[in-house]
This record gives sequence, structure tokens and C-alpha cells, in this order.
Amino acid sequence: MAPVSSDVRGRGAEPGSADLSLLRKDFPLLAHEVGGRPIVYLDSAASAQRPVQVLDAMREYDETTHANVHRGVYAIAEEATRRFEAARTKVGRFIGASVPDREIVFTKNATEALNLVAHAWARTNLQPGDAIVLTEMEHHANIVPWHMLAVERGITIRWIPIDDDGKLVLDDLDRLVDGAKLVGITCMSNVLGTLTPIRTVADAAHAAGAVVVADGAQSVPHLPTDVAALGVDFLAFSSHKMLGPTGIGVLWGREKLLAAMPPFLGGGEMILDVRKDGFTPNDIPWRFEAGTPPITEAIGLGAAVDYLEAVGMDAVRAHELSLTRYAMDTLNRRFGDDIRIFGPADPAGRGGVLSFAYREVHPHDISQVLDQYGVCVRAGHHCAKPLMRCLGVKATARASFGLYNDESDVDALAEALDQVGAFFG
Amino acid sequence: MPGLEDLYREIILDHYRSPRNRGELESPPAQRVEGFNPLCGDEIVVTLDVHDGLVSDIKIAGTGCSISQSSASLMSAAVKGKPVDEVRGLIHTFKEMMSIHESTLPSAVEKGTGGSAVADVEPLEPEAIDIEALGELAALQGVVKFPVRIKCATLSWNTLAQGLDEAEASTEASA
Repeated sequence: MAPVSSDVRGRGAEPGSADLSLLRKDFPLLAHEVGGRPIVYLDSAASAQRPVQVLDAMREYDETTHANVHRGVYAIAEEATRRFEAARTKVGRFIGASVPDREIVFTKNATEALNLVAHAWARTNLQPGDAIVLTEMEHHANIVPWHMLAVERGITIRWIPIDDDGKLVLDDLDRLVDGAKLVGITCMSNVLGTLTPIRTVADAAHAAGAVVVADGAQSVPHLPTDVAALGVDFLAFSSHKMLGPTGIGVLWGREKLLAAMPPFLGGGEMILDVRKDGFTPNDIPWRFEAGTPPITEAIGLGAAVDYLEAVGMDAVRAHELSLTRYAMDTLNRRFGDDIRIFGPADPAGRGGVLSFAYREVHPHDISQVLDQYGVCVRAGHHCAKPLMRCLGVKATARASFGLYNDESDVDALAEALDQVGAFFG
Repeated sequence: MPGLEDLYREIILDHYRSPRNRGELESPPAQRVEGFNPLCGDEIVVTLDVHDGLVSDIKIAGTGCSISQSSASLMSAAVKGKPVDEVRGLIHTFKEMMSIHESTLPSAVEKGTGGSAVADVEPLEPEAIDIEALGELAALQGVVKFPVRIKCATLSWNTLAQGLDEAEASTEASA
């Protein structure tokens, strides 16, 4: 694999000093133009761009090594299996898993990882009348599987509310988790950017005997992650938001919990034996990986982890925090009362995600005008309709940062927003 | 890349800023239908009175972007007081305009931008659609050049079509 470009390795060790702008040239797509203008990509919370190191690793694997895994007794099949499992271990170490080769389950995405918990853990452990707890800022992926289960199993859902600053209100936490069997919580809101007090909630949940399922889709790509420090029991995240390819996601679960869970999907790979009168499930983690897994994608995800580790997650966080602070200052100063940025006012309490309203202009119209200037933002409800209702809006425009963004991208956003104002008056 | 002026024609911005027939009719007796665009969270409420084969009154409520709101406003002005059959014809024509390939549009001089519209129906020859018959609604034809916005423009029309179906069904049920 090509080394991470430039000499940025470790340079961001001092908070706030990170200059990752030299990394931009590792991302081929960012060199493209849209309508004759350089692309200003501010939608990494939806999907990140991939560095050439990830693209090369996948191509190299496909051209030299590809075969199905865990089957063939020939050289490339064994090498494919070795590399696939090495990617698993690498991902596990990246988030501080204590048994990385057994606690990492590859899924299709974070959504499937959360559904896996709802199917395999919750269907075994929840009875009619049981309660679970979610927060009002969850993504639909950590709501709808539980709604489906509520209908099927007759469980009830309690909600941790949010305040005007977009933070969780924990005053009633002990009462909310009392008697609950499970708590589902995002580590970082995909709309507000809010970093949640995950450890506090996990400790309260555990004291009440509940299992904690964390949605790390937004946090794992942008913050140092250590599952032991988070104190959760399951953590779901997606490759494509952390510089890797689409088509693969991850569920980390405590070894003991995973080992006690029945399979998710049925098929090949997830069995030890199949007879006419039944089957014996495989050991973890393969028990949860029916069928041929996303092998090339796992190689790509492994390369993405290598890339992030070479840069350093502390440096990534420092860079994105500095950029978020610059963006909030710039937009608030330039647009005053015309702009409303949702979520915590203090940049330190949030990730690099800025949802905003601009005058009375509908987010779709904002996004359409920004697109004319090559500025890519997301407009819509961001798969968080309960949160939209809490905020009293139908939709927001959202700019989100990756390690490859810099202040010039924020300036381009501000310039283009001026045009929105000019157009819609 | 098509320009903003293709999309946001002056008449569209006018209907967005000053929407016609805004509000809700009392329901019942009016037929009330809600439409949702799951992509962006937009929602529209169409209430309509159908009497003696006429759409005698119509009102539009809900929230949405300039395209969905102006399309609904233009629609309300175009169908109010018109016979149901004529309204159904207009819905059909409008949806055809929204589903044809941009390069077949009479006004599309530039070709080769490569975007093809998301089509509900088979693309039609340009002469098959009477753009003139759409009157002010023709201002929305530029939306076809922005395929993701087509659903914004058709939301109110689909909702109206559902309202007509339901009004007809309830009339038959009570007859």
C-alpha cells in the first residue's frame, strides 16, 4: 500500500495544530470539477470519499488474490481468507476490542448491524411488556428495528429527550432506564453533531441491568474510539463513512453476548453442520455472516483503517474540531440572524456536522443553489424524523466535514449561501 | 449543467412567495388527502370539493420547497372550477411533461447533459404533449432537467389524483 501522502503523520498530535490539507491529493474525486468548478464536498456524514490507498488495496486484491474465503484449499483461497480475517482483526484493534478476531462481525452496513442486534439478541431476550430506551436524536436505523420488534413482541419504547442546545436531558435517566432491558444510543448525532455522554448513559443502563447498543456510524470515522472506555455492549458502524467502500459495515459485540446469541441470517458459512433434521451453528463471528461476505470490501475497510491510523485519530479530531469552530464563527458572523445552526453552541461538544436553516429558504432550494457553485451538502430529514419534529422543522440543510476538508471549503459554502440569499431574497 | 433560471422561473418564484388557494376546506364535507415526499420530508394537504362533476373548490396546505409549493399553487389555480374529467386530463398531461427526456422538450436547445428523467410512463414524442394546453404550468417544464426535483413538482398532482379517486369512491358508496 502506498504510504499516506505528505508528511502529516503524527503532526496533529497537539490539539488544534493539525494541518491535514496536504492529504487532499490522496482523494481522486476531490480533484474533479462539477459544472466547471472544483468540487466542494461537504457531505461526509452521508458518505466519505476514498483515498487512493483504499482504492489501490481493493484493486490489488482483486487482481492478485481474489477467491472465496473459508472454502478453497489452494494458495489464493488461503491467502484471501488470511487477508479477510486480518482485516477483521485490524478493525477490532482500531476500536479497542479485547478479542478482535471474535468480536467483530462484518455486516452490510451499520443499519444491518443494528438489525442484527434486534433480531439475534433482542428476540431471544425480550418478552412482551419489556421496555427499551432510545434517544430522540437516533437515526432511523436505531429506531425502526425497535419499532418493528415492538409490534412483533409487544415491547414498549421510552425516549431520552433533548434540550434546546441539542443535548440529551439526563435528569430523568435513572427512572427511564429503570427496569429497561436495552438502551439504544447514538455516539454522535448525524443531524446535530452532538457528542452524547455515552459512558454516563451506559453506566446507568448497566446499573439497571440493561444492555447498551451504540450507533457509532458518525463517531467511529471521526473520533478516537475505545469500546472499553465507552462502556457499551454493542457498537455498530459503517465502512463507507470512514474512507472505506460501501457494502460493508461492522457490529462489535462483547464476546460473551455474541457467543450466547442465535444466528441472524441462515445459509452457508454460518453453520458447522447441516443435517436433514437440523443444523449446528458456527462459532462467532461467522455464525452471523451467512453467505459469501463482502471480501474485497473488507480489504478496502482494512486499508481505510490503516490510513486513519497513519494520520492518527487524535489528529483527525483536532483538525475537524478546528474546522467546525471556524465554520460556526464564519457563518454566524457573516449571516447573523439569517442563519440558525442546530445543535450545541460549543464546537467542542459536537463533531463536524452542521445542520442549519437559512432565512425561510427550504433546504432543497438551498442545496440546489449551492450545487450550482459545486458545493455538495445534504438537504432533507437525514433519516431522523422524530428529531426533526423535536426541532420543529421538516428538514434541514447539512454541511459535514471529513479530514480532507479545509477552511477554503467553508469559505466556498459561505460565498454560495450569499447567492442563495440573492436568489430567494 | 442546466442553470438555475431553467428551474426557478419567475412565475414559479411568484407562486412560491404568494401561493394561491392556501389553507384547508372544512372536511367533511371536503375530501382531504395528505401526500408525503419521504426523500425530503415535504408534506402537502389537498382539500377539495367535488360537486356535479366539477372540482368546485380546492385548497392547499403543508410545507415544502419552492418547487413543490409553486407546483401545488399553480395546480390549484388551474383546476379550480374545472370538470373532473378535464382535471384528470390535466394531471395526465402534467405527469407526461414531468416524465419525458429533457432532450425531447421543445424548449431544450442544449443537448448532451446526459441526465434522463425518472419516468413513470414511456417517454413520448415531443408533439404528443400539448405544452401549450398547460398554460402557466409549462413554467415547470425546466424541472425535468433536475431529475431529483421531479418528485417535488409531482407531489401535489399525485395527491390530487388520489383525492379525486377517493371523492369518486365515496360518491359511489353513498349513491
